[in-house]
Amino acid sequence: MKPSFGLGLRKPHYGDFLETAVPVDFVEVISENFMVAGGRPRDILRRVRERHPVALHGVSMSMGSVDGLDPQYLRRLQQLVGEIQPLFVSDHLCWTRTGGFSAHDLLPLPYTPEALEVVCRNVIQAQDALGRTLLVENPSSYISFAESVLSEWEFLDALCARTGCALLLDINNIFVSATNNGFDPQAYLAGVPAARVHQIHLAGHTQGRERLIDTHDRPVPPAVWRLYESAIRRFGPVPTMIERDDDIPPLPELLSELDLARAVTAGIAREALPSSQLQGRVA
Amino acid sequence: MNLRALQESFRDWLVHESPALAARLGAGAKPGLAVYLNTYRGQLIDCLAQTYTVLHAWLGDAAFEAAAATHVDRVPPGSWTLDAYGLGFPDTLGLLYADDPEVTELACLERALAEAFTGPDCAVVDTAALGAIEWDQARLALVPTFTLLPATTNAAAIWTAVSGDASPPPAATLEVPTQIAVWRLDFTPRFRTLELAEAQALELVADGMSFGALCALLAGRHGDDAGAARAGAWLGQWLQDGIIARVHQGSDAPS
Repeated sequence: MKPSFGLGLRKPHYGDFLETAVPVDFVEVISENFMVAGGRPRDILRRVRERHPVALHGVSMSMGSVDGLDPQYLRRLQQLVGEIQPLFVSDHLCWTRTGGFSAHDLLPLPYTPEALEVVCRNVIQAQDALGRTLLVENPSSYISFAESVLSEWEFLDALCARTGCALLLDINNIFVSATNNGFDPQAYLAGVPAARVHQIHLAGHTQGRERLIDTHDRPVPPAVWRLYESAIRRFGPVPTMIERDDDIPPLPELLSELDLARAVTAGIAREALPSSQLQGRVA
Repeated sequence: MNLRALQESFRDWLVHESPALAARLGAGAKPGLAVYLNTYRGQLIDCLAQTYTVLHAWLGDAAFEAAAATHVDRVPPGSWTLDAYGLGFPDTLGLLYADDPEVTELACLERALAEAFTGPDCAVVDTAALGAIEWDQARLALVPTFTLLPATTNAAAIWTAVSGDASPPPAATLEVPTQIAVWRLDFTPRFRTLELAEAQALELVADGMSFGALCALLAGRHGDDAGAARAGAWLGQWLQDGIIARVHQGSDAPS
């Protein structure tokens, strides 16, 4: 897979992306922010799309809902996908909606055969409607369920096998969930199907009173960088982006952070080269 | 517990802090459940604060946050889009501020402006192409973001002052209740407080009355010349405002 590096497109940087040549290979937007009838948001997205490939990242598909997918949501997403022709379409392994209630948060699932049935059914419906592979992102979680009979990575592996979906692996979320729920993040990386990892998110978190919180409000911390390095060693180069949603710094700071991701990938690629090729390059 | 029961129990925890889920998951889950509860409520309150910035400034932090918390308690979110969550906030404000109608009207104005911001795109009519129009039979199609709001207070003046960082006037009741027109031109939501007669005319136009019929109505009220002058002045204003999407004639009339 060709290494590529992107950023989440956020309001404070609209001007940068519309008026300057920002050195990224792609941008990612929150799908729901642009699933509107018209106006400035759609215009900005169209104009950014003229300059960069765009990944659509959703938070409200609710692929874990027993009720199934919301047809109106799916129609809006179809329309946006048709217009933007995105690089990736992704959403989270979670549920947000039940019986007319929509939590607007990424709520956890028990990893049971029943939940796997539900998620597979919904992912297949979404992929059929969108006519493309969906990338499923691992969420940060703050609780676990005694009735889970699969680990999260086993659940994702089974989901990929049964639906053909791919994975958006959020390295920070693995770290946060591993810390909160007591599993080994290396076992997670070893357990997900490497060939299905199509995109990676990097972000920062906050230490809450009794849980790590997935806040996306600070730079990627060293522990997440180390886990990212492990991920790239296992998966090879994967399109990677920095996801910052709060306390958003000036764009150059995020670009510097993205350069670190480039350096990690390049460093591992150099290690993989035979020593004769490395010597040739130095010469 | 099957998945549906679990999801319903989780909803009850978020909406009512029902203890059933916490009891089932055990004491070890309490910190994690608290994270979900805080995120749920915080996200909804942030959504209201982002939609109603002028109202927030008018009420002040404490009163706004109390009203937002009441709304979160009163109205669980139902739509897939968070944008929809704030739509019902004026109803909650109407209950909380029954004696201060400018609060609800200010909220209704901000809601209408927010809806216009992401409403359907629509070009306005090209005034250069209007020379050949037979106005007697013409019907005006308004832009899809156009809407009228009832106004009994000076909420519009408060909005203008607060959003312009000027000192707002004290709340006051209008001598004559009227309506505020809200629409979007290009990418910018706009509004204008109308005279009652103009608001009534726009309601008739929006319902499909031909421009000729409107002129006849005004001529009946004010005389031929004054009626025609008034209709012509309004038409010029509507064209300048950018609220007319198309002018239909005869068989071209909108259904």
